[in-house]
Amino acid sequence: MLPAQFADLEPFAATWSLRTERERYATRLNVGIQEMRAFYDAVTPRAEEAMTYLEQFPLDELPEDAVNLLHLLYSMIEVSFPVEVWHQPRVPDSGSAAFDSFTEPRP
Amino acid sequence: MSPRYPKPPEGSWTEHFGLDTGPVSYADSVSPSFYERERDAIFKRAWLNVGRVEQLPRGGSYFTRELAVLNTSIVVVRGMDDEVRAFHNVCRHRGNKLVWNESPEEETQGFCRQFTCKYHAWRYDLEGNCTFVQQEDEFFDLDKADYGLTRLHCEVWEGFVFVCAAPEPEWSLREFLGPMITALEGYPFDRLTSRFGYRTEVRANWKLFMDAFAEFYHAPVLHSKQSPDKYAAAAREAGYEAPYYAVEGPHRLVSTSGVRFWEMDPSSLKPMEVLTRGGLFGPWDKPDLGELPAGVNPGECKPWGLDSFQLFPNFVILIWGQGWYLTYHYWPTSYNTHIFEGSVYFSPATNVRERIAQEMSAVTFKEFALQDANTLEATQLMVESGYVERFPLNDQEVLLRHLHKVVGDWVDQHAGAPA
Repeated sequence: MLPAQFADLEPFAATWSLRTERERYATRLNVGIQEMRAFYDAVTPRAEEAMTYLEQFPLDELPEDAVNLLHLLYSMIEVSFPVEVWHQPRVPDSGSAAFDSFTEPRP
Repeated sequence: MSPRYPKPPEGSWTEHFGLDTGPVSYADSVSPSFYERERDAIFKRAWLNVGRVEQLPRGGSYFTRELAVLNTSIVVVRGMDDEVRAFHNVCRHRGNKLVWNESPEEETQGFCRQFTCKYHAWRYDLEGNCTFVQQEDEFFDLDKADYGLTRLHCEVWEGFVFVCAAPEPEWSLREFLGPMITALEGYPFDRLTSRFGYRTEVRANWKLFMDAFAEFYHAPVLHSKQSPDKYAAAAREAGYEAPYYAVEGPHRLVSTSGVRFWEMDPSSLKPMEVLTRGGLFGPWDKPDLGELPAGVNPGECKPWGLDSFQLFPNFVILIWGQGWYLTYHYWPTSYNTHIFEGSVYFSPATNVRERIAQEMSAVTFKEFALQDANTLEATQLMVESGYVERFPLNDQEVLLRHLHKVVGDWVDQHAGAPA
């Protein structure tokens, strides 16, 4: 799913290359904190290189594998809150509260 | 500890605005009967923002809004003449909801040349005229001209689409907004079109959530874990004060001073903020928006963080010094529930790094708002219990006092209100 030079991230792509914030947030709540940490630890050291790679294309003309890589970076941002701050998937004390994304820029 | 920012000559912002300084009651937030009075006295009279023109890119573009507070659904549409109009979303024949998809209680949007009722195929053009009646000859003296869609007053200001449900509005939209808000004219809202929108139903009265975003006294406490330890400790020590407040008619403003996060010690930043160059205050690399209108940062705060304009009754425009803005809408659905919508607007990203910084900023906003929302449900539960009736407010909470006072005044002064 990803450009060849990011083959090491391929095992995470099926779970985390997700098109919408709603899907990324749902995955965050469904997988455990350990799995999120493993993803975070794998992707953050490659993020700078991934952004440099993606910069070679106009944002609205990204090839499909590049879009998948960009979505992986969005998921990295999504899991950074549980991993860096909360140490649990949900925002603490947020009870049943949820914020549903209803519009976002593409890609 | 003396205040870090000067107070007005009266000694406090609260007294400066002529507001009472005693404890307040939230009886206006726990009462079904008061909510019914608010609907008539406020929501059916005021101009309400229902969207932006970018949601209606060309003639034939439309969207629907479910407005429980008005007990209606509306359809907002751009005509072929480019004018934006709003109609009650009801077919004039048998009262069926005219525009909906799959499930009638859900909002929808799209593009069409005309509206066709799903029930008996009556048709209406984009200007609301009834253009086709199935088997018209079967009716009795029916003149289609008498059966156009029912209009709401609809006006656009700076790309924001407002409706007014009153038969005759008491003010034009610009009169209603007043000079403090119209001084924002010229802000590049039309260039900040990259939108992230979030929605949730909050089990609290709409005013209690407006209160939450009207003061920053809560920030060092409620959001302390969001900030790295060193920064959080410094914030707790100092508390929080906003440098500038303004009140004009039913509307209000608080401005904050700025913090240059990217110049802070790295231990005061989250690793993901450093990696993405974005965060709560927005993307670190600021777009060039040119000179801003005089209505922005009217208190001339330097450094300047943000302006939070609360437009009566239920709409907030929050302009960040970093060159982006947020809107909040609080749509009541009952006396103790409302739908909250938060939208983040950026200049469209021109490259992947800008887009990543925007994603980080939008997701950070969502994380903060989730904390705020749940605190509110806990507040509603206990205020509703009724065992405590008087609550003190400090000078940093002056805008809450103003909101509840204006709401009370509108309800009391509305014609037909019980004495």
